[in-house]
Amino acid sequence: MLGLTPEEWTAVELSLRISIVATVCALPFGIALGWLLARKQFWGKTLLDGIVFLPLVLPPVVTGYLLLIWFGRRGPVGEFLYDWFGIVLSFRWTGAALSCGVMGFPLMVRPIRLALEAIDRKLEDAASTLGANNLRVFLTVTLPLALPGVIAGVVLCFARALGEFGATITFVSNIPGETQTISAAIYTLTQIPGGDAEAGKLVLISILLAFAALVASEWLSRRAAIRFHGE
Amino acid sequence: MIVLAVDVEKQLGTFKVNVRFEAVGGAIALFGPSGSGKTSLVNMVAGLLEPDRGIIALDDTVLFDAGRNIDVPPHKRRIGYVFQEGRLFPHLSVRQNLDYGRRMNGQPRDQNEFDRIAALLDIGQLLDRRPRMLSGGERQRVAVGRALLMRPRLLLLDEPLASLDAGHKREILPYLVRLRDEAKVPIVYVSHMPAEVRRIATEVVLLNDGKVVATGGLDLLKDADTDLL
Repeated sequence: MLGLTPEEWTAVELSLRISIVATVCALPFGIALGWLLARKQFWGKTLLDGIVFLPLVLPPVVTGYLLLIWFGRRGPVGEFLYDWFGIVLSFRWTGAALSCGVMGFPLMVRPIRLALEAIDRKLEDAASTLGANNLRVFLTVTLPLALPGVIAGVVLCFARALGEFGATITFVSNIPGETQTISAAIYTLTQIPGGDAEAGKLVLISILLAFAALVASEWLSRRAAIRFHGE
Repeated sequence: MIVLAVDVEKQLGTFKVNVRFEAVGGAIALFGPSGSGKTSLVNMVAGLLEPDRGIIALDDTVLFDAGRNIDVPPHKRRIGYVFQEGRLFPHLSVRQNLDYGRRMNGQPRDQNEFDRIAALLDIGQLLDRRPRMLSGGERQRVAVGRALLMRPRLLLLDEPLASLDAGHKREILPYLVRLRDEAKVPIVYVSHMPAEVRRIATEVVLLNDGKVVATGGLDLLKDADTDLL
């Protein structure tokens, strides 16, 4: 189909797997941090806010390099993960998922935070007088009302993960079948004489995936809006 | 019948609530002009606002006692609260709104009770609608039903008619009277409208400027009409 070679299909499949895993793993942290930034006042909040948004403004290569230093086999976190859990991130697809998750994280946190800030706290008070403890207020009132923001955050993070290149290639390199995503494959092909035609097919797939993600998000947020705010 | 004993102090900016009263009855009105501290007071009874000091007790249950470090959280007080603006959950249907308190309190489903309350408030035909599709009067009736269905030991009604026009006020008042007579849940009714209070309450706590001016029967309203409004 589409005249793609098995290697190129592997790149497509890897890209999707990495982006999905990155987004799913980032989501609980994104919601927790969005809530923390929206609702709590604490010492160092501005700093935390800055750190979360750093990957958005840093050159991706720098983020990738920092990940390599910390999460590489000899890095402080990487060594811990390997010794205690046998997890290796460097030069593995799981490492690519980490770098994609980190790069997409600020884009996920922002809409979630804004959605949480926009919620009428009085509805939460009403829920608590009706017998809901804090966790249940969050699960039955806060989160459902913030759902459009959560969907927006998920889609943005997923799209960013799908397009991630700089941090990923720096952290986990460009290994076909393990860490070579669509972006990395396109880059490789453009470095080979006569690789343009092959690259073109992957470019087309990239555009299709991005478009599908956009359509899906539109559809989901419209459904959520209808469901939660009436037709 | 309940005994509601309140002796609290709360500084809110430059305004100070310093209220002390004990009211006994089935329908107690907190009556006073806007800004007399009525809503702050019911928020403290509901547990949504923490007093700076003092005691709040309902019958023989201490809900708040600063001295003994007791502060029962709102979700454990079992006090139904009907807010001025209803505060129905916009993402849930009327039926789910009504069912919310029962679910959160882990009570078994009781269709008879549900039907009885729905009939009492005449909201049976609205069950599948979203709050946004309701009129102001319908919304307040659903809010009353939602608070009743959690089987509260006390129902707080904070100016439940304030956001309604005259027509809708007339529409709701009879339901509230029925509520008092048939639901057998003690009511604390907050209002600055003597006409409403007269129809619903039997005891009156008169508030002004964050303090209790008088406590007594409906005859208190005669003087209050001219003095406060």
